[in-house]
Amino acid sequence: MAKKKRRSMLYIPGNNPAMIQQAGVYGCDAVLLDLEDAVALNQKDAARILVRNMIQTVNFYNTEVCVRVNNMHTPFGLADLEEIVPLQPDNIRFPKTETVEDVREFMKEVRRIESEHGIEEPGMTIHVMIETAKGVANVYDIAAADPRIDAITIGGQDLTADMGIIKTPDGVGIDYARKRIVMAGKAYNLDVLDTVFADVNDEEGLREETEYIKKIGFAGKALINPRQVDVVHEVFNPTENEVRKAYRVYSEFIKNKNAGIGVFAIDGKMVDAPVVQRAITVLEYANIDLKEIEKSVR
Amino acid sequence: MTPKFKAQAGTFESSDIMILIEPVEPDTGRLVDISSTVMLQFEADISKTVNQVLDELEIKDIHLIAKDKGALTQTIKARVETAIKRSLGIQKGTM
Repeated sequence: MAKKKRRSMLYIPGNNPAMIQQAGVYGCDAVLLDLEDAVALNQKDAARILVRNMIQTVNFYNTEVCVRVNNMHTPFGLADLEEIVPLQPDNIRFPKTETVEDVREFMKEVRRIESEHGIEEPGMTIHVMIETAKGVANVYDIAAADPRIDAITIGGQDLTADMGIIKTPDGVGIDYARKRIVMAGKAYNLDVLDTVFADVNDEEGLREETEYIKKIGFAGKALINPRQVDVVHEVFNPTENEVRKAYRVYSEFIKNKNAGIGVFAIDGKMVDAPVVQRAITVLEYANIDLKEIEKSVR
Repeated sequence: MTPKFKAQAGTFESSDIMILIEPVEPDTGRLVDISSTVMLQFEADISKTVNQVLDELEIKDIHLIAKDKGALTQTIKARVETAIKRSLGIQKGTM
C-alpha cells in the first residue's frame, strides 16, 4: 500500500465551527484540529465538546484527521483525551514532548481509555511534537518510545521561545533541531513534519522554507492558512522530469528483477536498491500505481 | 438536573450559535427563545436539537436563549451542552 502523504497539515482552531465544517475541502493532506494553543484557556471545554461533535458528523473526505490535545501536565490534557480517544481520529498529536516518561504517561492514559471503550490495539497513531531544547536532546529516545508513534514534528515557535532566541526567516536558530529531529525520525521510520510558516502573506518565503525542509528530509509541513496549501504541494510534488525518470527506473528494475538481476545501469549510471527506493517515493507522490507499471513490463 | 448559574457558550460568528442560560424557579419548565438568520427555514430544527440536548442532560426547568448565525446541528448540540455544563458547574478541564 502506498504511504500516506503528509505534505500539508493544516491547523484549524478547535473552537471555530465554520473552519472545522469546511476542513475537508481545503485540499490539504491532513487537518489538525487544535485544542491547544489556538484555544483560549476559558474556552477549552467548549472546543473539546465542539471537536467531539464535529469528528462524528463532518465529512472530511480523504483528509487525515489529527487532534492536537493539551499536554498532560496542564489541567486540560486528560479531559481532552477522555473526549477524543474514544472517537479514534486518525491520530492524536501530543505537544511539548520532552522525555520518554512523557510518552509513557500519555500512552498509559490513551490505552486505559481505549480499554474502557473496548478499542483494540493498535488503534489510532500518535504524533509527538518536539518544542523544547530538552525534547530535542531526547528526541532519539522519544522516537522509539512507543510503536504507535508514526510521526514526529517540530514546533518552531515554542522551541525558539524555549531557547530564548528570535525565529528568523532563515531559520538558522532551529536548524540543528530540525536536522536532529529528521535523523531521529528516519532512524525509526517515522514521518517527520515541519513547523508552521507564520507569515501568510509571504508566499515566496514559504516556498523557500518548504524547498529547504524538503531537501533535509521532512515529509511535510504544518500550515496555518488554507492559502498555504498549494505552495507546499507544488514544492513536494515531483516535476514531470522526475516522474518520467522514476517511471523508467522502476520499469527497468522490474524487468531486471524478473530476469534475476539485482543491480543494473541506465544511461551508464548504476541503479541499486536506494535509487529504486527514491523512484518509488517519487511515483507514490505522483499517485502512480506501482502495480500498473509492473503489469506493463511483464 | 437544575442549572445553578448564568452561563453562555458559542459566539456571534457565522456558522456558530450563542447560547445563554438563566436558572429559573423549580417547575417553571423550559423557556426556549430562539432567534436565527435562518429562522423561517430552520426554527423547528433548532428547537428540536436544543430540546434533544436538554432531554439528554435531564434539564426540566431552564430559560435558554439561542442566537443563531447558521450553525449546523452538531455545533448547536455542542454549544448547548457546553452552556448547560457551565451552568451546572460540571465543566471539566477549562479555566
